[in-house]
Amino acid sequence: MNIGDRGLRLLSGLALFVVLAAILAIFGLVVVEGAGALSWRMLVEAPSSDLATGGVMPAIYGTAACTLLMTVAGVPVGVATAVYLAEYAPRRSRFATAVRAAVRILAGVPSIVFGLFGLGFFVLFVGKSIDGLFYRDAASPVFGRPALLWSSLTLAVLTLPVVIVTTEEAIRRVPRELREASYALGATQLTTIGRVVLPHARAGILTGVVLAVSRGAGEVAPILFTGVANYLPRIPTDVRDGFMHLGYHVYVLATQAPDVDRARAMVFGTVLVLLVLTFVLDAAALLLRARAHRGTRS
Amino acid sequence: MTAKIETRDLSTYYREKAALKGVTLSIPERRVTALIGPSGCGKSTFLRTLNRMHELSEGVRVTGQVYLDGEDIFAPHVDPVEVRRKVGMVFQRSNPFPKSIFENVAYGLRVAGERDRAVLERCVRESLEAAALWDEVKDRLHESALELSGGQQQRLCVARAVAVRPEVLLMDEPASALDPIATARIEELIVTLKEKYTIVLVTHSMQEARRISDQAAFLYLGEMIEVAPTLELFESPREPRTQEYLRGRFG
Amino acid sequence: MSTSRKPRRRFRRSLGERIAERALALVAASAIGAITLILVFVVREALPLFWDGHEGLALAAPHRYPNYDHPVYVWQPVGYPPKYGVVPLFVGTLKITGLAMAISTPLSLLAAIYVAELMRPRRRAWIKPIIELVAGVPSVVLGFIALTYIAGATQDLLGCTYRLNALVAAIALSLAVLPVIFTVAEDALHGVPLALREASLALGARRYQTVTRVVLPAALPGILAALVLGFGRAIGETMIVLMASGNAAVLDPSPTSSARTLTATIAAELGESPRGSEHWRVLFLLGMILLLITWALDAVGRIVVRRLARRLDPSTDEGA
Ligand SMILES: Nc1ncnc2c1ncn2[C@@H]1O[C@H](COP(=O)(O)OP(=O)(O)O)[C@@H](O)[C@H]1O
Ligand SMILES: [Mg+2]
Repeated sequence: MNIGDRGLRLLSGLALFVVLAAILAIFGLVVVEGAGALSWRMLVEAPSSDLATGGVMPAIYGTAACTLLMTVAGVPVGVATAVYLAEYAPRRSRFATAVRAAVRILAGVPSIVFGLFGLGFFVLFVGKSIDGLFYRDAASPVFGRPALLWSSLTLAVLTLPVVIVTTEEAIRRVPRELREASYALGATQLTTIGRVVLPHARAGILTGVVLAVSRGAGEVAPILFTGVANYLPRIPTDVRDGFMHLGYHVYVLATQAPDVDRARAMVFGTVLVLLVLTFVLDAAALLLRARAHRGTRS
Repeated sequence: MTAKIETRDLSTYYREKAALKGVTLSIPERRVTALIGPSGCGKSTFLRTLNRMHELSEGVRVTGQVYLDGEDIFAPHVDPVEVRRKVGMVFQRSNPFPKSIFENVAYGLRVAGERDRAVLERCVRESLEAAALWDEVKDRLHESALELSGGQQQRLCVARAVAVRPEVLLMDEPASALDPIATARIEELIVTLKEKYTIVLVTHSMQEARRISDQAAFLYLGEMIEVAPTLELFESPREPRTQEYLRGRFG
Repeated sequence: MSTSRKPRRRFRRSLGERIAERALALVAASAIGAITLILVFVVREALPLFWDGHEGLALAAPHRYPNYDHPVYVWQPVGYPPKYGVVPLFVGTLKITGLAMAISTPLSLLAAIYVAELMRPRRRAWIKPIIELVAGVPSVVLGFIALTYIAGATQDLLGCTYRLNALVAAIALSLAVLPVIFTVAEDALHGVPLALREASLALGARRYQTVTRVVLPAALPGILAALVLGFGRAIGETMIVLMASGNAAVLDPSPTSSARTLTATIAAELGESPRGSEHWRVLFLLGMILLLITWALDAVGRIVVRRLARRLDPSTDEGA
């Protein structure tokens, strides 16, 4: 082989090898030690007060509740926006261009800034306003404090771009002939979207939702000031309560646990739970995406 | 008439499927050899085998020999890059690089190690002249090649191929994506090019093959059915399948 | 108008249809609303600094604090007096992101070249998703990995004085940025038409020549977009640097010294600062600066990418 060709192959192959080896080594180590640390108890019990023993049940619950609320609040908005962009907005309309620009900018906002926004807008503005209107006599803030609700809404805004971009792409992949067939049968635009376009784009839309859920489940910075709690052994029953969260729990255990060494098993177990959660979601998204693409090609 | 290229019992397989079956053909020097046949019969495959471009696709296997000036191009010591420098190629769809006109033509020389600006400029000019494009582009050599018209782009691709100073030019339906006027210019060009180059031309147009080729070969389902001087093949084909094909074509 | 004679109402879209379109447009506007609200509510907390006055804030120049005999660059919000010299945070941010980009750019681009140009399609089909999966790993997990594995390994290898430092954070940050750059760059490389590669090879170019002279230039806009995206992600990343960088706001260019970024500062300090205090406002100001940086990056990146694309192909569509 030519020396230049050999150089290219060697250099780029080495880079890929380093990347893959690093990924495998690191995640292999985490998974092995995590699997050793993880136990049934960890999944179903609440943590001890020094966090070093017990389980992470409240954090699992909090993560799930927060992500669920986020999905309920964000996905409909995202899908509706995507439907508007793909089906209604004229190709070159100013409004659509502005919406797309906003989505792109939103996607680039650092997650900690979402935290500031959630605190400044949801907690201190919306929450405090509600308190001022309805809970004037309450001794302590009811809505105007960090809470599950505000964290979820902050994350809903953060994941909005993922949902919009993926859904719009999925809708645009729906073959024109399908729409035309529907119109030719006298269906209105709304009916066509509801009965033909959205069902056909289902896998693609679901990809976006799953990606958003995965992203939302793993983000910590946006919830730091908007609702997450250090230690809250009971399961929150009200969206106005604070909550524990797997990602935040990892942060606390790894950096602030009173006895880091004693908490080592806990932190590995928690990391593994979080890692498995996001891996499963992302892998599902990849599979769904592959299916969505295959569906339109055939 | 000496043979520039000879293939002997040449077969090409895509995985297990044979696209060429034992083709033996002699391609005379400084002549135009036209390959005709229904689409999918293996014309492009044959062409790509002649300069080892087939090796770029996955799962392709070749048996038999191709001799270029009597030397087997598949011999173990032969560098495919050297083969391609001698056997140039023009593709069905023009594919200029997203670079300037000048850089497109100079590309083959640059990758061969030519650095001398004066040499490059002279060669670019000669190649563009040879491709009958010089007059149209001489004032905008440094503009993007993608701004040329379709026909101009295809002639640029010819100039680019010629610039490497190959001995053979393989042309795979070079005019099939062009309008009649641009097609006529390409045909003229091929006729002038055969003074210096051995040309193998794939075409789906019987008239084109008739107008500009010296020898014609009819391929069918990967087999070489008949080879003859062009006039002979069109006027008095010997093989029944050739007759049928020509008749079907001319209605 | 020729249509004016038709009975207008007959072919008009139903009221429901028209309401639906308006409603959807309204919802779509929420993206614009969100970005506006973010700006407004971050700025709202920060701006009073500029009319209510501030004591210790120093955005660019060194500041002379009481009891200091010369102006200094210091970030020390809990000192007396509190000192909000932002320059050390800029330096820390630049140091860590610069290092992370220096690590991840060559690795990810070379790996992308291998996967797009030299790898068999079948193998490519499963190696790409593996790397993409890493892009979804929560940054807190990467921060944890930095603490548990990377910190020890770098200390053993380089003998750093501090276990946690800019390099440790940068390595972990590379893990976050690398898959992003890789995926986008690989898509760009893979998207270069096969016809261009064939043209190059048919002209007697070697594979490496084809890659460096045809494929890379043609994919350059996409590659650049990948780098801009990666850089944006690196600057905005919080948890990794918060956990791994050591967080000392020092003015030290050494990669193995500690560093404190804008993001980590907000994350670490906002919880302890009383609402409406100067400290609180300065932290929101940092958020505002972060917003502006990422916007500027995005805007500059887009302009450069579009210019490049147009230079490669002057017929490129404006809006693309
Ligand atoms: N890359 C490929 N992989 C598999 N089969 C191929 C490939 N290229 C061509 N073939 C098959 O080989 C046969 C000959 O194709 P081709 O040489 O392109 O024919 P022509 O140029 O005469 O139209 C066809 O049946 C085609 O389907
Ligand atoms: Mg063909």
